[in-house]
Amino acid sequence: MHQLTLAGIARALAAKTFSAEELTRTLLTRIEQLDPQLNAFVTVTADQALEQARAADARRAAGENGPLLGAPIAHKDLFCTLGIRTSCGSKILDAFKAPYDATVVQRLADAGAVSLGKLNMDEFAMGSANESSYYGPVKNPWDLSRVPGGSSGGSAAAVAARLLPAATGTDTGGSIRQPAALTNLTGLKPTYGRVSRWGMIAYASSLDQGGPMARTAEDCALMLGAMAGFDPKDSTSVDQPLDDYLAALGKPLNGLRIGLPKEYFGEGLDARIADAVMAAVEELKKLGATVKDISLPNMQHAIPSYYVIAPAEASSNLSRFDGVRFGYRCENPVDLTDLYKRSRAEGFGDEVKRRIMVGTYALSAGYYDAYYIKAQQIRRLIKNDFVSAFEEVDVILGPTTPNLAWKLGEKNADPVSAYLEDIYTITANLAGIPGLSMPAGFVDGLPVGVQLLAPYFQESRLLNVAHQYQQVTEWHKQAPSGF
Amino acid sequence: MQWETVIGLEIHAQLATQSKIFSGSATTFGAEPNTQASLVDLGMPGTLPVLNAEAVRMACKFGLAIDAEIAEKNVFARKNYFYPDLPKGYQTSQMDHPIVGKGHLDIILEDGTTRRIGITRAHLEEDAGKSLHEDFQGMSGIDLNRAGTPLLEIVSEPDIRSAKEAVAYVKAIHALVRYLGICDGNMAEGSLRCDCNVSVRPKGQAEFGTRAEIKNVNSFRFIEKAINHEVQRQIELIEDGGKVVQETRLYDPNKDETRSMRSKEEANDYRYFPCPDLLPVVIEQSFLDEVRASLPELPVQKRERFESQFGLSAYDATVLAASREMADYFEAVQQVCGDAKLAANWVMGELSSLLNKEGLEIDQSPVSAEQLGGMILRIKDDTISGKIAKMVFEAMAAGEGSADEIIEKKGLKQVTDSGAIEKMLDEVLAANAEQVEQYRASDEAKRGKMFGFFVGQAMKASKGKANPGQVNELLKKKLDG
Repeated sequence: MHQLTLAGIARALAAKTFSAEELTRTLLTRIEQLDPQLNAFVTVTADQALEQARAADARRAAGENGPLLGAPIAHKDLFCTLGIRTSCGSKILDAFKAPYDATVVQRLADAGAVSLGKLNMDEFAMGSANESSYYGPVKNPWDLSRVPGGSSGGSAAAVAARLLPAATGTDTGGSIRQPAALTNLTGLKPTYGRVSRWGMIAYASSLDQGGPMARTAEDCALMLGAMAGFDPKDSTSVDQPLDDYLAALGKPLNGLRIGLPKEYFGEGLDARIADAVMAAVEELKKLGATVKDISLPNMQHAIPSYYVIAPAEASSNLSRFDGVRFGYRCENPVDLTDLYKRSRAEGFGDEVKRRIMVGTYALSAGYYDAYYIKAQQIRRLIKNDFVSAFEEVDVILGPTTPNLAWKLGEKNADPVSAYLEDIYTITANLAGIPGLSMPAGFVDGLPVGVQLLAPYFQESRLLNVAHQYQQVTEWHKQAPSGF
Repeated sequence: MQWETVIGLEIHAQLATQSKIFSGSATTFGAEPNTQASLVDLGMPGTLPVLNAEAVRMACKFGLAIDAEIAEKNVFARKNYFYPDLPKGYQTSQMDHPIVGKGHLDIILEDGTTRRIGITRAHLEEDAGKSLHEDFQGMSGIDLNRAGTPLLEIVSEPDIRSAKEAVAYVKAIHALVRYLGICDGNMAEGSLRCDCNVSVRPKGQAEFGTRAEIKNVNSFRFIEKAINHEVQRQIELIEDGGKVVQETRLYDPNKDETRSMRSKEEANDYRYFPCPDLLPVVIEQSFLDEVRASLPELPVQKRERFESQFGLSAYDATVLAASREMADYFEAVQQVCGDAKLAANWVMGELSSLLNKEGLEIDQSPVSAEQLGGMILRIKDDTISGKIAKMVFEAMAAGEGSADEIIEKKGLKQVTDSGAIEKMLDEVLAANAEQVEQYRASDEAKRGKMFGFFVGQAMKASKGKANPGQVNELLKKKLDG
């Protein structure tokens, strides 16, 4: 049962092979048995899950038949869930029970999805290894001594280990695509504004975007269809009709123009990953795609630009965690300043503090023009690079990450080396375009991801390419041993 | 040394929207603490702002009324600082791209001269909540009902040169926002608050002196007192060899003094940056045209019309146009009686002092415009004299009915029968035979004064009811023979 994809589950539930409640019980047991090795869950909501499963079964008995009715999922722990702890992987929100549901949570629940709990993540989504969580690191099911990537590391590990068929994630600089690549999943970061951010605790508001993580492109399409759409509660969400993502999957790839940016294959890329990526290109050619070398000349500036903009926004977004209204408050504050200083000093972890300090500095009087304004200018250049590239090609393809999953603790001493892991994914966030990572092979038993990028609101094109690729390859079907 | 005062004002006008600027919560004043605070107002993690279109419309109304530039695009920015009643740790405001750009407002001073005060900008922002320091045993309470209330911050150029001018400017803004219906102007409830930037410089010097900012002055009277006090403090400080430091000061109306709150060094670096949760606001020309068409007659226009249509003096027109209610009342009186000058005199005179004495607003006046107009009609047709009219007015204020009813009931109708008046005058002259002798023996210069005595006696004898014109005329005839 646990090997089934969302699509497979939908068929089985429709055929009454098993009930949503049986499926939920099976997965809850699996989580109980296997998650201690992974630490993917922060909170398991067994009672609520069973309640939702029974409700889904009742809806089905009443004649409903939606593709997500009774489908088990879980949410990255920065989506607010009514009455359930929403920790953001931080001590400062350890006791925080959200008083409302995020739009994404609400929409998936409305579609009948059963939420099994809340998934571990880097603290406030800051990290590429899921090692900055207050609840401890998440392990990669492909090698328990390695990181699953981050910041949606709990989502990635849980889905890769078959504890769940799909989960929600968020992507600010690669936080869906990079862990998907390191754990052999398909993960989609939609166009900025496609999925509502209402109820998604902000890291960097102009870059954050929620999206699905699953084992197949088809499952991502199912998830996205429920998650996406205009939300009047989010002023940055876009009022534009949704594509029929499922219907788009079957389109043949004849004549698809793929761009290979030379900047994605330069120094720093593990040669074995480059080989796997080129092998995927060969497969796509066989499916009728053509390939063109292109250039994204401003990519080299992406990381410095991102590491100004994201911390700047974060420094402001995280100001509300001050010990006054909700979240952690220090013991016996002597005065207001002490309350602020100690609540935040004790409540936030090192990486969060580092980024708050960087962001505060970048926005300071006298530095704002040199850092923030400059970073925004670079951001525009990067966007323009993509706009001109997409005049010549339909999708851009490259590696998702420069390296394979690394050992736990390996990059702790040098945060900048971890920042560099985001080099291929960050540009999509800066430009706001959609990106997808799909499984494309293994090196030393560790998964390799290929990233596809498309123009604004072309999620269906990304899912189509990945789905067609997954019809002729087996990589995405590989399961880590022991799971 | 001669000193010149330089003043710039920042006025925060609370916009009279039904709901808050970024959430659907109500904005009613005085509700139970935290009953008008939604998830957004509480700054709950994951919540996002959605701009209230009505606040944008109101700001545009103001911009058009001060003849300001309204850019095609305005941008919200975050002003970052920590304070317990600031739930998000930043105030959503506007910095580089305010909704209302450069404009101006003409004010009329008491001597009738007009001054044009430049308005640098006006921008939209959200209000903070309130910290409550009483009743919490050493702790502070937070009430977030006010958090997220829309404010329009109106920043003037440093064009103001005295406390009196400052008050005139604030009154003009107060009148304008009330005319536009965008702010209730209730200063006691904080709907209109004023920060005063004050500096002094030797007369003739081009560059400005160092300024101090007096925060949150909440009445016209306090604005005048606070500025005068601050000017005096700065002059004394400089004349004693000291230096004014740039700082924020607080006015204490109980002690009539300002005191330092924080110096420039202690000031926050607010780290403004564009708010990523809100898109730039695009103002279309068609929208502006529609707003412009909806503007009411504004104080300046009304003032000019009062002057041209009714021949009122600039000062009278300014006073009457100062509030929409006052202007409407005046025009209603004028309609009834057809005499703008008398109407203006009575509204600005007896009526205003009555309202002042009773502490009432004009829309609570015990004497209606119809009543007052009706009474003025009786002055004009000589039914009553101006003096008797004051008695009638008092009776109307006491609720004794219309002018006609009171005149009838109290028998106040003026005596215009010359026979009756002559008879009464003969009696008066007979009773004062000695004075008549003196009068006739005096020269022209002395007679003038003595004539008044006879008029007084005559009016007294008639209980004020004799027509004063006729009394004058007949008396003259009788005395001068």
